[in-house]
Amino acid sequence: MSFAKRALMGASALTAIGFAAQAETLTIATVNNGDMIVMQSMTQSFTDANPDIELEWVQLEENILRERVTTDIATQGGQYDVLTIGTYEVPIWAAQDWLVPLSDLPDDYDTDDLLPAVRGALSVDDTLYAVPFYAESAMVMYRTDLAEAAGVTIPDSPTWTDIKTAAEAMTDKDAEVYGICLRGKPGWGENMAFLTAMSNSYGGRWFDMDWNPQFDSEEWKAALTDYLDLMTNYGPPGASSNGFNENLSLFQQGKCGMWIDATVAASFVTNPDDSTVADSVGFAQFPNKDGVDNHGNWLWAWSLAIPTSSDAPDAAKKFVAWATSKAYTNEVAEAKGWRSVPPGTRTSLYENPEYQEAAPFAAMTLTAIDGADTQKSSVQDIPYTGGQFVAIPEFQGIGTAVGQQFSAALAGQMSADDALAGAQANVTREMTRSGYIK
Amino acid sequence: MATRQTQSLARLMRAPAIILLLIWMVVPLGMTLYYSFLNYNLLNPANTNWAGWFNYQYFYTDPAFWESIWNTLVLVLGVLLITVVGGILIAMLIDKPIFGQGIVRILVISPFFVMPPVAALVWKNMIMHPSYGVFADIAKFFGMQPVDWFAQYPLFSIILIVAWQWLPFATLILLTALQSLDGEQMEAAEMDGAPALQRFIYLTLPHMSRAITVVILIQTIFLLGIYAEILVTTNGGPGNASTNLTYLIYRAARLNFDIGGAAAGGIIAVVLANIVAIFLMRAVGKNLD
Repeated sequence: MSFAKRALMGASALTAIGFAAQAETLTIATVNNGDMIVMQSMTQSFTDANPDIELEWVQLEENILRERVTTDIATQGGQYDVLTIGTYEVPIWAAQDWLVPLSDLPDDYDTDDLLPAVRGALSVDDTLYAVPFYAESAMVMYRTDLAEAAGVTIPDSPTWTDIKTAAEAMTDKDAEVYGICLRGKPGWGENMAFLTAMSNSYGGRWFDMDWNPQFDSEEWKAALTDYLDLMTNYGPPGASSNGFNENLSLFQQGKCGMWIDATVAASFVTNPDDSTVADSVGFAQFPNKDGVDNHGNWLWAWSLAIPTSSDAPDAAKKFVAWATSKAYTNEVAEAKGWRSVPPGTRTSLYENPEYQEAAPFAAMTLTAIDGADTQKSSVQDIPYTGGQFVAIPEFQGIGTAVGQQFSAALAGQMSADDALAGAQANVTREMTRSGYIK
Repeated sequence: MATRQTQSLARLMRAPAIILLLIWMVVPLGMTLYYSFLNYNLLNPANTNWAGWFNYQYFYTDPAFWESIWNTLVLVLGVLLITVVGGILIAMLIDKPIFGQGIVRILVISPFFVMPPVAALVWKNMIMHPSYGVFADIAKFFGMQPVDWFAQYPLFSIILIVAWQWLPFATLILLTALQSLDGEQMEAAEMDGAPALQRFIYLTLPHMSRAITVVILIQTIFLLGIYAEILVTTNGGPGNASTNLTYLIYRAARLNFDIGGAAAGGIIAVVLANIVAIFLMRAVGKNLD
């Protein structure tokens, strides 16, 4: 009897010590992009202000992060308290009631300062479910020196015809300079992000209003044919395995005349420490096809969200508010300079003269993000939301399957027609299974 | 002589270990079987219900299914061919007393200790890359256009990488077999005037046949599940050109989060592996008596 009692007392004492020492630990899952690594190094001011909160970091490569986080949240594992997710996941997960609504952030957070397009992409029924850490659209980055030498001008708002002319003029394969570098690596977040945006700018769409895939349409055919044409004639070798990072390094080494990709790349290609072409980069809007009043409506925001399975939602809220606040932006600017500030989330940043001074790409980035409308990404009617993706859970699978077909076409393994037919058959099959097509 | 009592005692003593082994094998297989009959997608867990045979039907009507089985076979047979033939040749080479034998043997064996994703990354970026790879440098030196390996010959490239990893294993096993070859017999054949090729065919090869069988059997087991090299280099593409059955299951499970479909694929893979094993045992397992 007395032994049991003593054991019980001992156990409860241990538990008490455990509670006292534990305080609250936040496990933060994030992607290993440069801006997030900066965030990890900046946390001193947060832990100073909140000594009772301990931070634990899980930093992973994008695909692995997505796998882990999705598995954890879908099985209600509760492993993480803060998730780094994109504009694709937010509406889907919010609809599943997997995310904590963020309607009660502190007063000084200034939710109205968030860029409307970004805020809209992270809200469901006007409730914010994630706060943006940095956001991007897509635009053209090009070498001003090469363009000048080749005697071409790229207007601020080019058409695909302008791009093709410029690519042809700038290509000099003997000097290993390729007119245009675009993504070719298969994946819904790799080549399909670009190709979906490109198709949008051609007036194409993924699905009609009855969820029938549209890869047999004229718009997709034109977009894919032109893409293959550009890449085989003026693109770098091995393009079918180039993603964002590969193209970034090609551009920084001066091997690309033009590169159409995410706006965040602007600060990397103009950084003299990494880029050999830093002082001769020009920017332009994502191209559109002649006669189609729609640019590639790309919108992506790496955002912080709190899963409902978290056991410390209040502490997590404090953290996400801190990491996406104006104060954080100022701290980064003080420590690393204005160009290293996470871009694309707040109006106030783009009104800041110091930032405009330090970042020559600021105005173009803002125009690109403001131009994105994820509610209506094509000139035709669509039943889905999303710019360079379709916000349905099945998209990860079908996007990648289609990406593989198009990547095979780029590698010369099949024709554009076969790739489109394959994509059409594959997506029809998956959509029928998921019950979209009756 | 075991009495009846000691026999049953022995059985009793063995039981815990055997039962544990059985549970360890049966539970995962049983769960996979169970999931394979469910309509269960991780992204939509509320919508889980019985699917019957639908997952199986869906998996084998996948446009990539037959191609992936073909690729699996090509991959396994291709790697086996390279490693067995190459293994015999290298084993005979380093069996001879040569200068620096110890170091040469260690170097030959070392690729086996490189982890598959690392090996794949090294081959992808430093050897086969069309701009910075060693092969591209060689091609440029001879004034030829560098080959974009993973785009033009995806499956062959992967066979090359996997074969590079498994060649040491084959070499090692075959070398030990070679070292137990009776030197006097060889000498006698030589004195009788048998040429080198005949000595190889009638003496060395029969002597090594058991080791070759072991190499083929063990490698087949591992090669059926090749996946890391594909994930790192080609992602199964271009198209489905380098998708094998394992990778197809990975795609269902980790990209589509389709637990039911992936489980059905897993069961199909188990069945196919068993069919392969039966044929393999019949064909080459005779040597193992």
